[in-house]
Amino acid sequence: MDKHDISPPNDPDESTEGRRQDQSDDPTDASTAPGLTRRSFLGGLGVSGAALSAGLLLRSVPLEGIEKPPDAAATGSSGTVPIVLKINGQEHRLVVEPRVTLLDALHDRLHLFGTKKGCDHGQCGACTVHVNGRRTLSCLTFAIMHQADEVTTIEGLAKPGELHPVQAAFLEFDSFQCGYCTSGQIMSAAALLNEPCGPGDDSVRECMSGNICRCGAYPNIIAAVQSVRK
Amino acid sequence: MQAFDYSHTDSVEGAVRAGSATGVKYVAGGTTLIDLMKLDVERPAKIVDINGLPLNRIESTPHGGVRIGALVRNSDLAHHALVQQRYTVLSEALLSGASPQIRNMASTAGNLLQRTRCYYFRDIAYACNKRNPGNGCAALDGFNRIHAILGTSEQCIATHPSDMAVAMMALEALVHIQGEKGRRNVPLNDFYLEPGSTPDRENVLAPGELITHVTLPPLAPGTRSYYLKRRDRASYEFALASAAVVMQMHGRRIQRVRIALGGVGTKPWRAVQAEHALEGREAGMETFRAAAEAALQGAKPLHDNAFKVELAKRTLIRTLKVVTRAA
Repeated sequence: MDKHDISPPNDPDESTEGRRQDQSDDPTDASTAPGLTRRSFLGGLGVSGAALSAGLLLRSVPLEGIEKPPDAAATGSSGTVPIVLKINGQEHRLVVEPRVTLLDALHDRLHLFGTKKGCDHGQCGACTVHVNGRRTLSCLTFAIMHQADEVTTIEGLAKPGELHPVQAAFLEFDSFQCGYCTSGQIMSAAALLNEPCGPGDDSVRECMSGNICRCGAYPNIIAAVQSVRK
Repeated sequence: MQAFDYSHTDSVEGAVRAGSATGVKYVAGGTTLIDLMKLDVERPAKIVDINGLPLNRIESTPHGGVRIGALVRNSDLAHHALVQQRYTVLSEALLSGASPQIRNMASTAGNLLQRTRCYYFRDIAYACNKRNPGNGCAALDGFNRIHAILGTSEQCIATHPSDMAVAMMALEALVHIQGEKGRRNVPLNDFYLEPGSTPDRENVLAPGELITHVTLPPLAPGTRSYYLKRRDRASYEFALASAAVVMQMHGRRIQRVRIALGGVGTKPWRAVQAEHALEGREAGMETFRAAAEAALQGAKPLHDNAFKVELAKRTLIRTLKVVTRAA
């Protein structure tokens, strides 16, 4: 067998059963169930895969001007700082370089994948979170800057087992297609409820203009937001 | 992104001390700095987080003006009752810019100091005299649709993108600065530098100097103001041309007017010649047209932005029409 063969054993997606065995019955249960999921498989592959491809890169291409990829096994490398972040009411202790954005800390360290990286430059709004209740672009700020702040992500918007009114409205009004912009849209809309915004649809368009949707779900997003505001 | 050291401080003195070393940048909202760091346009060795400084208040001044802390967020400034009532053009300008999220993060001083959106400045693969003096300017022979027609030089044609600065220019703002040598105040009109042969120098701040406040002088009762922004999209887009007008009228006669243009200058552009063409005259289309001609006198259109000359004139005329509308 080719040593680079990446086919996984017992891929649950090829199961003949109608539902993955590690899915819980509660659709709002965010806990990680035991067993192989696509995400945990790809996560495990990613580390060894990156090291493998980095090894090939080092052998064949001169590295001047190219930053070496970090050694996945290194710990305590110089420049890292211990920080405490309060996310969705829970404290997390991390050791990060100052250049780690809040978005990357949420994703890579805290495995809170609900906040999405769209453009990574603050232009699309997919990374919108709440910092002390205000909508903020997590890709355009460093994690280390938020140690005194309360950060809310999509995972923490509603109480466990419940849906925030904006979430319920997005379901009712079919306000998404691919879903990638959706968590940012919902976080943005939820914060909008506490901001000055005129009553009409045009005002909602303006107040939501920081969230871009490539699928074009805008009319339904506006309808959902307006339904909550009434 | 290049790695950097990070520190934060709660005092202006501490910030100024830390900021005076080379390779050090202040970070407040981060909406310009972090964006440019991701592009390797900015590569500070050290960042000083100034978000803890006590500079986030909006206060009336004794004579009826307003004092705005450097760290006041754009959204807070735009929605403040004092600003909406007395300095309407400022609120309008702020709300026309960026997105709600960015406005929540961006600071007053950061807005003044934001960098150009020139594609070549933002891409280190291209020649740029602003990033590397003497390197050349890729925009001159490149796609220069969003670039400036006023205040340009052979070294740099980059537009200053701020809306807030244009409104503050028409409101004759004063910038309060603190540095190692002490404090000084600089009228916003004198704060920005045209590129000339030193496009890397955009304003009069010395290394380590920190903007602490911006003050706006009081406006006479009955002062009218308006901000009009023209751009390709209806929202979340920089200006192709914009105009801020602050005016006192006596009947139909224009007693006093201050005008600034955005989207067309290498800095927010005070249109002094247009002001002279209006003061003492009756409001009317002929007067407005003469003022618009005066404002764009000397404009240097480029290959892709010649439309801005006419667009800027019409934008100014429309703004004047709105401001002088009979109550």
